[in-house]
Amino acid sequence: MKVKLLFFASLREQLGSGGEEFELPAGVATVAALRAHLAGRGGAWHSALADEKLLRMAVNQDIVKPGAPIKPGDEIAFFPPVTGG
Amino acid sequence: MKIAVQHEDFDAGAEMRAVSRANPGVGGVAAFVGLVRDRNEGAAVGAMTLEHYPGMTEKALSGIVDEARGRWQVLDCVVIHRVGELKPTDQIVLVVVASGHRGDAFAACEFIMDYLKTRAPFWKKEATSGGARWVEARASDDQAADRWAGRAGRKTG
Repeated sequence: MKVKLLFFASLREQLGSGGEEFELPAGVATVAALRAHLAGRGGAWHSALADEKLLRMAVNQDIVKPGAPIKPGDEIAFFPPVTGG
Repeated sequence: MKIAVQHEDFDAGAEMRAVSRANPGVGGVAAFVGLVRDRNEGAAVGAMTLEHYPGMTEKALSGIVDEARGRWQVLDCVVIHRVGELKPTDQIVLVVVASGHRGDAFAACEFIMDYLKTRAPFWKKEATSGGARWVEARASDDQAADRWAGRAGRKTG
């Protein structure tokens, strides 16, 4: 019951990780709940993920709102607001 | 329609000629080219690295182009965005829209750029005289994209 986590740009640098395979804990059913769970790891995870307003989230490569549901097998990405163009 | 995310430079003139010739119904071609500036937020920029989210980037750009096609007459369209290390004066992004008339071409081109800047997963990191820093998103870019919400296209074709 794993999901694939991805982190990009400044978030990737803060966390020291571009992503991981992650065992979805029972009761973590939305992107917001997942973010809170990861922030609970403390340290850089807390400082990078605690403030939802500074983050954008995508599930299976579509930008979603924090309340979006997640399920095993999903690709879930966290990143800062985009700055291309 | 052509969407590309690439390290290599592009030839805006060649892309514009290609869409102009592909369809004799094309009456106007609008294009935008974004470049690396040598200054940003008060600091000299020596180089810039563009990171993206492979897979999602192409999907997001396709979705933006589809939305433009739903609003305006878009006979053909090219979106090319570069990634990797770029230097001041280098080209970053190209948007070309071919339509029957200029109104649709201008509007669709601006719409695609405004949405690209707020919805496509690219991130810029600048090497400045004061060190490396991630470029921060601008509220003015969100406002530019929000202008299009609820605004119907004209579909002059």
